[in-house]
Amino acid sequence: MAVITYRDALNMALREEMHRDDRVFLMGEEVAVYQGAYKVSKGLLQEFGEMRVVDTPITELGFAGVGVGAAMAGLRPIIEFMTWNFALLAIDQVVNAAAKMLYMSGGQFPMPMVFRGPNGAALQLGAQHSQAWESWLAHIPGLKVVAPATPYDAKGLLKAAIRDDNPVCFLEGEMLYNTKGEVPDDDYIVPIGKAELKREGEHVTLVSHGKMVLVALQAADQMAKEGIMCDVVDLRTIRPMDVDAITASVKKTNRCVVVEEGWEVCGVGAQVVDYVQRHCFDYLDAPVLRVHQADAPMPYTKSLEKAAKPDLPKTIAAIRQVLYLD
Amino acid sequence: MATKVMMEALSPTMEEGRLVKWVKNVGDAVKSGDTIGEVETDKAIMELVARGDGILRARLIPEGTTATVGVVIGVIAAADEDITAFTGGSAPAPAAVPSAAAPAAAPVPTVATAPVAESAAPSGPVRSSPLARRMAAEKGVNIGAIHGSGPGGRVIRRDIEGAAAAAPVAASNTAAATAAPAAASSKAAPTAVATAMQIDGEFKDVPLTQMRKTIARRLSESIGPVPTFYLTSEIDMTKVGQLREQMVANGDQYKVSVNDIIIKAVAIALTRHPECNAHWMGDAIRYFSAAHVGVAVATDDGLIVPVIRDAQLKGLGQIGKEARELAKKARERKLQPAEFTGGTFSVSNLGMFGIDQFTAIINPPEAAILAVGATETKPVWENGQFVPRQRMRVTLSCDHRVIDGAVGAKFLHTLRGLLEAPMMMLF
Repeated sequence: MAVITYRDALNMALREEMHRDDRVFLMGEEVAVYQGAYKVSKGLLQEFGEMRVVDTPITELGFAGVGVGAAMAGLRPIIEFMTWNFALLAIDQVVNAAAKMLYMSGGQFPMPMVFRGPNGAALQLGAQHSQAWESWLAHIPGLKVVAPATPYDAKGLLKAAIRDDNPVCFLEGEMLYNTKGEVPDDDYIVPIGKAELKREGEHVTLVSHGKMVLVALQAADQMAKEGIMCDVVDLRTIRPMDVDAITASVKKTNRCVVVEEGWEVCGVGAQVVDYVQRHCFDYLDAPVLRVHQADAPMPYTKSLEKAAKPDLPKTIAAIRQVLYLD
Repeated sequence: MATKVMMEALSPTMEEGRLVKWVKNVGDAVKSGDTIGEVETDKAIMELVARGDGILRARLIPEGTTATVGVVIGVIAAADEDITAFTGGSAPAPAAVPSAAAPAAAPVPTVATAPVAESAAPSGPVRSSPLARRMAAEKGVNIGAIHGSGPGGRVIRRDIEGAAAAAPVAASNTAAATAAPAAASSKAAPTAVATAMQIDGEFKDVPLTQMRKTIARRLSESIGPVPTFYLTSEIDMTKVGQLREQMVANGDQYKVSVNDIIIKAVAIALTRHPECNAHWMGDAIRYFSAAHVGVAVATDDGLIVPVIRDAQLKGLGQIGKEARELAKKARERKLQPAEFTGGTFSVSNLGMFGIDQFTAIINPPEAAILAVGATETKPVWENGQFVPRQRMRVTLSCDHRVIDGAVGAKFLHTLRGLLEAPMMMLF
């Protein structure tokens, strides 16, 4: 099996799905001639032509709306946002058009489309460009929200998203694009709505998604040196969330730490905690703890940015606390 | 929000407690964790701490009063909060609380108590994780009696596991050690689990299992504080007699009494059956590695039981010498406390008074006592004819909370084997 980057895994998924179904097309800023701001669409213009790989002006609301219209007309658009921070300009099309179209049209217009782009903080991009939007998007009935952590899941989930008849918000990570992993050449999908136990342990459950899965796995490695074994549940899909996977793990370990990039208030972790307290109440030996970004706009200053971000030491501290180790 | 001050289960066996002293006065500000009173449990005087912040608004029982675990004995609330729900209205609990008004408690009527929690943990003040509560229910552990090791005294999984683990640990020790020393008494019952306990150090405390607790409670209810049963065995002392004759033939300084030999045999049997060499501790059974054998001595003032320490290590000469010295001191009323305390087992011999057989009363916290009758010449049917034999009847009184019938019987079996073939004591 080839070891390739997350970036190339996404590229592979786009290429395979565009070959598989000629209704699939890609549209966004710099996706064609420039080959993508992060080179996810490298080679696609040459392979599929300018009718299916479409550069747009800097008009997020406009091209997101064109995507909605194309989906209504029977195509399967993939709308790339250069980052999800820019998607705020298009949020009316995402939330008020795409998410509600099937419902408000009485089932006449399915929305088989994907909104995709990098999400969350990279390094020193400042407060406006360092945000994790999954809890915003997952709040909306009618949207599916996925956030793959590995190249394998990136390919499989993007293919599943493209084939889904509902609008799927696909959250990538600038810091993930260069990570590598084994990815089959085969035509496989990772089903939306299924979490994966990325590592098995018995003492504590770490629930995470996207980039923070890598932090959770590092934390699990570090704790293993002390003999503390962590279950690492990678949600992969934020909405619909795999409640069974979470509760099965927590019932086994009796303790849970949720690690996420976003802010604390009304975050994804808050939803996880709700499921855990409802379904695992009699199994909990400690309050569920959350690791998240500091409750403030992301600082630009390097040292402050580091202090604000959820990271390995904060995750380790939370794990030790739910285990009553300190 | 008002916080009830309850009589809490401050020891595992506590069902009621006597409020020795209120440390806080009505009107005092208290914080969660502050000591507000002292409670005498069935074992010690313990601190009763506040489970909430506020003002101690009411003290519902006076000092010196006993209350059942779970009964509300005070109220912590904000200064202006209405606490009549706690201080009035509800029926007095069945606990024996005298109806004296709490001193200086302005709005308090006579006695107000919440319904008594049936020997279960008080539901309010015990902090515990949901998992710990579920495990406690499944294992039959009284969560209110467990000291929580989590933040703020929260009882968590490891506390329940700790409370429930000791018994299985003892069992596995027993199982692991079964092979080696089991052959000590070849006549012992097969799979002599009772002989296999290992004790590292002076003693080992084994917390009571639920089964042990239930046995203790049920049998105590039946018979009194110490549920005693009795096992009698007739022992052939012919060879003990021969041994004494052989020894004294070497000179008067080698004269030993039958009782000295019995003490020695008892000590050896106890080391092989530590299950009978034990103290009832209330919340645990303390098994001893050394046999400190008490020897009942009649004096003009009454009975006293000086102790021969480490009798299992001492020769007959040493045991006889100590026994005589201790008996002399006892009659002269010169025994020091250290000389008549710390016994792990007692022997009472009324043989010299011509008593054939009797039952002795256990000397708590010891778990057993051996009552020794007179040695008499009796006809014994052997090989088709009656032959004269020296026979002695002993009766073991056992505390059933500690010793079950089969365990006591195995001890007696070993003792009898040692006395009927006394050279085996050399082994």
